[in-house]
Amino acid sequence: MGKYIVRRLLQMIPVVLGSTFLIYAMVFAMPGDPTAGKCGERACPPAYVKEFREKYNLDDPLPVQYGKYMGNVLQGDLGENQYGIPVAEDLRDRFGVTGKLASMALVFQSVVGILAGILAGLRKGGFIDNLVIVSTLFVISIPIFVSGFVLQYFFGLELGWFPVLVGADATFYRLLLPAMVLGSLSLAYIARLMRTNIAENLGSDYVRTAKAKGLSNRRIIGIHTLRNSLIPVITFLGYDFGALLGGSIVTEGIFNILGVGGYVFTSIGNRDGIAVVGAVTVLVLVYLIVNLIVDLLYGVLDPRISHD
Amino acid sequence: MTERNQTPHDANPDERLEHDDAPLHDNKPGEGGELPTESHEKQTPTSSSAAIAADDTGTARSLTADAWRSLRKNPLFWISSVLIVGLLAIAIFPGLFTDQNPDYGDLGRARIDPNSTHWFGTDRQGYDVYTRTIYGARASILVGVLGATGTLLLGSFLGLVAGYLGGWVDTLISRIGDIFFAIPLLMAGIILLSATRSMDTLLGVPLQGYFGTIFQLVLVLVLFGWPAIMRLMRSSVIQVKPNDYVQAARALGASPLRIIRRHVMPNALAPAIVVTTINLGVYISVEATLSFLGIGLVPPAISWGVMINDSLVFLRSGTTLHALFFPALFLSICVLAFIMLGDAVRDAFDPKSRDR
Amino acid sequence: MFGRDKHTAEQDDTHRDDTTRDTTGHDDANREEPATVVKGDPIAKPDVPPWERQGEQLLEVRDLFVEFHTSEGLAKAINGVNLTLAEGETLAILGESGSGKSVTAQAVMGILDMPPAKIPSGEIFYRGKDLLTMPEDERRKLRGPEISMVFQDALSSLNPVFPVGWQIAEMFRKHRDMNRSDSYDQAIRLMERVNIPGAKERVKAYPHQFSGGMRQRIMIAMAIALDPKVLIADEPTTALDVTVQAQIMALLKELQEEHDMGLILITHDLGVVADVADRISVMYAGRIVERAYVDDIYAAPAHPYTKGLLESIPRLDQKGQDLSAIGGLPPSLTRIPPGCAFNPRCVMAQDVCREESPPLRDIRPRRQSACHFAEELLDD
Repeated sequence: MGKYIVRRLLQMIPVVLGSTFLIYAMVFAMPGDPTAGKCGERACPPAYVKEFREKYNLDDPLPVQYGKYMGNVLQGDLGENQYGIPVAEDLRDRFGVTGKLASMALVFQSVVGILAGILAGLRKGGFIDNLVIVSTLFVISIPIFVSGFVLQYFFGLELGWFPVLVGADATFYRLLLPAMVLGSLSLAYIARLMRTNIAENLGSDYVRTAKAKGLSNRRIIGIHTLRNSLIPVITFLGYDFGALLGGSIVTEGIFNILGVGGYVFTSIGNRDGIAVVGAVTVLVLVYLIVNLIVDLLYGVLDPRISHD
Repeated sequence: MTERNQTPHDANPDERLEHDDAPLHDNKPGEGGELPTESHEKQTPTSSSAAIAADDTGTARSLTADAWRSLRKNPLFWISSVLIVGLLAIAIFPGLFTDQNPDYGDLGRARIDPNSTHWFGTDRQGYDVYTRTIYGARASILVGVLGATGTLLLGSFLGLVAGYLGGWVDTLISRIGDIFFAIPLLMAGIILLSATRSMDTLLGVPLQGYFGTIFQLVLVLVLFGWPAIMRLMRSSVIQVKPNDYVQAARALGASPLRIIRRHVMPNALAPAIVVTTINLGVYISVEATLSFLGIGLVPPAISWGVMINDSLVFLRSGTTLHALFFPALFLSICVLAFIMLGDAVRDAFDPKSRDR
Repeated sequence: MFGRDKHTAEQDDTHRDDTTRDTTGHDDANREEPATVVKGDPIAKPDVPPWERQGEQLLEVRDLFVEFHTSEGLAKAINGVNLTLAEGETLAILGESGSGKSVTAQAVMGILDMPPAKIPSGEIFYRGKDLLTMPEDERRKLRGPEISMVFQDALSSLNPVFPVGWQIAEMFRKHRDMNRSDSYDQAIRLMERVNIPGAKERVKAYPHQFSGGMRQRIMIAMAIALDPKVLIADEPTTALDVTVQAQIMALLKELQEEHDMGLILITHDLGVVADVADRISVMYAGRIVERAYVDDIYAAPAHPYTKGLLESIPRLDQKGQDLSAIGGLPPSLTRIPPGCAFNPRCVMAQDVCREESPPLRDIRPRRQSACHFAEELLDD
């Protein structure tokens, strides 16, 4: 197990270095003027250009530029936005809100998705199964910004059950609707994945063995089938966490939530490149870390991976 | 030669395949060919590879035929196909579906509810929503089709190269794939597009204007979408490469292209088609999302995403719901159609899900 | 204590003359008096073969039918099977894949998936109680302590995500309400009993960390954990190397004698059963086509199918000769041929075979065959 952790950590290093370099290259090493668009609609004044090139070491060779940039990022320096406020400072207060929203969405999608998947998978071809298949197909097909607005319109404006906008006071109740919107897409995928796994594992040899051992149905499903069916779902959750963070940009934009995603959303609107890139880089890093954790968790859950 | 190889059950691989399709997997991996672990070692290499060789073309053909047979019986396949053909017709010949000008806005007819002249009503600037929805199909579908095709081509090429050459080329391509795969598509899109949206050209390709922005979007999708197809192709090649008949073909001087066409493609095609079809739906959705965020297509370009973004500003005041509803409906139907098709094709190629 | 020669010396000729055409019984003349077939049974009649007796068996399957509802139609997996099993007895069920032997076993265990499977008629008695009419919960509690099963592929049959000791201990925890550490002690004891080296250290290891033979030993340890009276072994050695096969068979035999279990051994390999089984039932297309003591069947098969199976065994004394195998494939269970199901593959097939389905009938004492020409075959 220890060996497995070390191996995963080592494997992670090139991916983290590579993807941050990629982000850096997309922003600073593109052919053309890197300051273009950094100052709103106008061209940047020469003094700003000079300062910009200096700050991001654009006159150094590319690897050196990247090294210095990463050094800054690791020290929490993500550059300054249009108004001269450090992006890191902007983000600091917003992490909590996004973390809260993402966790709520995560819990919602996992609990409902797994339950729906189990019910569907237990009776493949039954009523619940068909219901889950059809409804998830619709959820997958409707982009999150459409469903977000529709739900906001009906539950917020028309019915008044939920506040239309979240704003500064991000309470559990206020975040409930956005969290459900954010989690809906992954919920659909989880339900489908879980359904397939359950149905497949129910037909597996070891479940047949469990039956032959005279175990109760509850134990056969709840212990023997569930554990094996959950493993791919855990992997999916890690992989899908990126989509969740991406979705938070849209969801926080729609519901005016003052989190990291909302920050990206407004910064895109303001054409504030530094702010966008700084915030998104942080999101990607969070994603990579979460992925690593899920990978390790996967090793714990599936002994075939970690016990050689 | 073990006794097992002599049992009649093993005598004819093709018939065995049919037989295995029968619902009774009574003895599961028993006497048939699919013996797990140790028993594989017991078969002499010549007999097992001969069986695979005999299986190869026959299986590929009959699998495709089987898949097609079950596809034809699936209503989802027909529904999605009809929808896609309809949407493609709209995208290619929008003039057939409306005789109005999508760029004609008349504030005098702004915010009209759907009626007999304006089927989908008009928006806040007096554009006819129906006409714009029809014309918006082109950009959305174009981005999706070009993105998915580009992903398929680049991913296949790199996957074949990595799998076929192996060694450090494989390692390099695979690691680069990991890196591109590690950045979520939407975030990659936001970063790249916020860098390119102010640029006029990239490596000599104009980035602005209708085709320029479409190029930007396709670039993002291909650049960050290829690793999935690459992995798939690579593993297909690695799977067939050690087989004796492929080695023999290589020794006889068959070109890599021929080996790929004859031996790799039959294996890899089905999953690649499934991934690409689903990609199409996902990409159309991503385009709309990026356009909605304001960094994809921008007016005057017409796309469903742009229209939705346009109508949202005023949605909260609750006036022109129809201006949101119709493009959103078309967008959803379009994504639904492609994902449904991908599902149907996957089910058809997956014998496990066939018996339902 | 139970040799393989449990055969009866005398035969009940009057009982049989009406059903057999040319019974002479000469080949039985030199048989010695067997140990009693049914132990401790006061009414046991040593001269009546086990399948003839009623109501005194450990396990008895009567006229069992199983069908599967599939997209291709009704698959008739089992079509009227009768079986008996006495304490301490080993019954081999022999047949190709799709012959219904595993389905029979699973029906006895009560682990068939229903649907798609359906048992339209039949009875399965365990110590006189009909398992099929028993409430499911009551029947479930028999699985493990009374009737137990070993499967073919131990790698896929053991749960990959739980330690092997945990999986063995589960039997004690769920059926005997034993606590965690006691049940683990039991698991170690059993692993030692089935000769797994270093059982104490390996009790927490996972199935994939064992070799194929060791995994099968773990399967067996789990199956015999609660001292069942009936053990069903479904192709227990098929996935193993030849040397390991022999070890596993020896282990099964040893455990059977130790616990005086009734053992049903399911296999497609006549070679495996020769040294272990007392009686053999040969299945084809969901029916029993021949039933006999093991020596009789080896000496002279009474069904062309059995004959074919025997001839496909490689033999040392026929080195260099071609192995003859049965031509063709087992029939699809959705389209079982009319008449005798074996007729399309049978070298002896006549018109009557295509029209009339031969019943399983006595052809010699303690021998039954479902072939129109069984006598001719025996006389050859």
